[in-house]
Amino acid sequence: MRNLVIGAVLVGLIVLAALISFLWTPFDPTQVDAALRLQGPSGAHWLGTDRFGRDLVSQLMVGARTTLYVGVVAVGVAAVIGTPLGVFAAAGPRWLGEIVLRANDIMLAFPALLLAIMFGAAFGASTLTAMVAIGIATVPSFARLARGSALQVLNTEYVLAARSAGRTGLAISVRHVLPNIAGLIIVQCSVSFGIAVLAEAALSYLGLGTQPPTPSWGRMLQESQELLAVQPRLLIVPGVAIALAVLGFTLLGDGLRDRFDPRLEGHRAQG
Amino acid sequence: MLKVDGLCVAAGELPLVSDVSFTVGSGERVGLIGESGSGKSLTASAVFGLLPDDVTAAGSVRLDGVAEDLVGASENLLSRLRGSRLAMVFQEPMTALNPSMRVVDQVAEARLIHRTAGDRAAAHRDALRLLEQVRLRDVAELGNAYPHQLSGGQRQRVLLAIALANDPDVLICDEPTTALDVTVQAQLLDLIVKGVKERDASLLFITHDLAVVATVCERVLVMYGGRIVESGLVAEVLTSPKHRYTKGLLDASDLESVDERGRLHAIAGAVPAAGQFPSGCVFRNRCPRADDRCRVQPPWFGEPTAGHACWHPVGGDE
Amino acid sequence: MMVILRRAGIFLLTLAIASIVVFAFMAVLPGDPAQVALGVNATPELLAQTRHAFGIDRPLPVQYLDWIGGLFTGDFGRSYVTGDAIGPQLLDRFEVTLWLVGAATVVAVVVAVPLGTLAAAKHRTASGTVVSGLSQLGAAVPAFLAGIVLVEIFAVSLRILPSGGWTPPDADPVAFLKGLVLPALSLGLVQAAVLTRYVRSAVLDVLGEDYLRTARAKGLRPTRALIRHGLRNAAVPVVTVLGLQLATLLIGAVVVERVFVIPGLGSMLLDAVGGRDLIVVQDVVMVLVAAVLVVNLLVDVLYTVVDPRLRRAR
Repeated sequence: MRNLVIGAVLVGLIVLAALISFLWTPFDPTQVDAALRLQGPSGAHWLGTDRFGRDLVSQLMVGARTTLYVGVVAVGVAAVIGTPLGVFAAAGPRWLGEIVLRANDIMLAFPALLLAIMFGAAFGASTLTAMVAIGIATVPSFARLARGSALQVLNTEYVLAARSAGRTGLAISVRHVLPNIAGLIIVQCSVSFGIAVLAEAALSYLGLGTQPPTPSWGRMLQESQELLAVQPRLLIVPGVAIALAVLGFTLLGDGLRDRFDPRLEGHRAQG
Repeated sequence: MLKVDGLCVAAGELPLVSDVSFTVGSGERVGLIGESGSGKSLTASAVFGLLPDDVTAAGSVRLDGVAEDLVGASENLLSRLRGSRLAMVFQEPMTALNPSMRVVDQVAEARLIHRTAGDRAAAHRDALRLLEQVRLRDVAELGNAYPHQLSGGQRQRVLLAIALANDPDVLICDEPTTALDVTVQAQLLDLIVKGVKERDASLLFITHDLAVVATVCERVLVMYGGRIVESGLVAEVLTSPKHRYTKGLLDASDLESVDERGRLHAIAGAVPAAGQFPSGCVFRNRCPRADDRCRVQPPWFGEPTAGHACWHPVGGDE
Repeated sequence: MMVILRRAGIFLLTLAIASIVVFAFMAVLPGDPAQVALGVNATPELLAQTRHAFGIDRPLPVQYLDWIGGLFTGDFGRSYVTGDAIGPQLLDRFEVTLWLVGAATVVAVVVAVPLGTLAAAKHRTASGTVVSGLSQLGAAVPAFLAGIVLVEIFAVSLRILPSGGWTPPDADPVAFLKGLVLPALSLGLVQAAVLTRYVRSAVLDVLGEDYLRTARAKGLRPTRALIRHGLRNAAVPVVTVLGLQLATLLIGAVVVERVFVIPGLGSMLLDAVGGRDLIVVQDVVMVLVAAVLVVNLLVDVLYTVVDPRLRRAR
């Protein structure tokens, strides 16, 4: 319960900041002004400015959009490909399940960041390329989860009853399996969202993620790296934002899991 | 040998066992019988000092030759007693052995912990001897196996060997045969009685099975709703029960007798959940003889070792 | 034994398919390596000549077999950009990355196992809750950010450790160790945070097991019972996670190498991506993928050592 609330609040703040940024930001986040370089926090610039004189609050707000965009693309790709794959592997013919399992094993050999670097090399660095790569690398965890929980649902008595009543595999999958595993898939979405945010930060830091001038928390870190000794604020601000975003999505996922899967409640609730 | 006085076990505010008192004499075999939910396993765990985390005990448990009360004793003292003077066999043989340790090592460990074996080699020899004592065959080979390679009956014998390893004065068995086949059950009961007799040890045997109590024990305590409702010699309690609950239990297990409609006897209703037992006599909401008097907790009638807590005992003031 | 052989077979098959995937991915890329190497003003004859020299004018299956055959004999081909043999450099760089990943793993295990066990054993007390909370927070920090902060504290402010660079262990062992500390910590601590959570939940599971009660019944104190009977059984799920983490560490090293200017596989990969030196990208990716698969194989073999129940064929 505590996890759910903290997670929901953190995620809510990010969504709110991103929404407001469409209507209003204190300053233009891309406005370079040499006169305003490296100013500390003040009434006008609540968190100060960076080395190009850009307002940090405005960059954070618009950066929140990037963060959400990143998560939506990566998680969307993973869930839309992975979930049906997993369900078909469970409900479909045995050979299909076997192929999906083997393909999953092979995909596991390509960690998300490596795949993103390969995609960057192949199609050029951009947020979209990076996140499609992260999404593809996340497909196996969705497929495995969907297959596992679909198998459980398929073995329950009411599905066996539906089967003996002559319903086909596909009809059962759509009518019984999907609604029953939706909860766990949503949990996985939330957890993967956090992982995607972390990956975007790393890729932007390497110059393979979000490209200038689009503000992104990862790029804010990268641009200010050398200034750590003199202006630690420039790294602390985006660093804390990233950590809180990841924490928010992870806690939200944990909290939702306690809700959807009461069997685990005992252990997790104590955490 | 073992004297339990006013033992109460509770989970927070919720009482699970109330005011349980009994003694087990030296070399005596006492059965503690009741349905699941009666509090018999918790009583055994409390005597053994191994209660679940959020469950606490009050009252007194004394073991001959130990100055301190075992309730509230230090973990230090309890650890020294457990496995040496006081031993216990649990219900679940399938999961009670460490899956990643060879069987013989698990038996030998019991000898090593209490320094009753000189060295590892001696402990190993002792372990093989103990495994032979519980009539396991080819102990040299079987001892080197891992638990998953053994049957349930074999595992329970290994657990009995562990419990008997240091010749305990008191052996507590918590439904040791419930999870086993009937034929395997009988063999294991024999082994328990033999092991206890050979060591002149006392036995506290927890079960829900009247037939098992009749085979194994000399005296029996009947437990219901976290209280002892009747006690006495097995022969007497099982032939002429006093408490209405004991009577119901006996009727229900009698496959010969049927009621006027030709059905087997059963006790009306089900055992309430913990904390849902009625005030007064704990059995009154299921008892055919219950009346207003039963709203008051009945006192103990008879001797401490043979008596009952019932306002309307069978064959009493009808 | 049969289990291990079967597993090794699956490993080889997966490795072969993964190599085809890597090769195919690089082969279908738009762009011509010869054009990249020579620039836009190259004459058609020179381009054709260079393509021939690179061997990319041959049919794809031939190229693939040539590449794979080379890998087995340690011949990783020549860089399209510098023309140098890739093999020796790759080996040097791989050694550096292995040091880093190895040290980070040690950090992760040394921190996570005691902390996670403590958090489980004391999960009802304040110290257990604090450990759980910290590990959750730590897992949300990117490794490179941890690296930057560590540099600020230990290299810039305290000046007791170098902020980056690499000294080979045989050149100067002390400088080597000093240089390894911060990168290993920044890579390892974040993984330790993740691992702590798994150790905690594995130990919590074990604490509820009947065999731990049996150990207590023998007369073992709670702590000794947990150490002697609990930890080995808690190891199975922890080893699984550690295996998955090793894969993460190998790739995470790419980023940390960038922070600390360490000449490992990661910086080689990023430089090659930047210079569009595709054959180098292909080689490095293949080595990383193979390393991940080897780790997975080792984890499976380790299972059978830890848990006797898995020694029979599944």
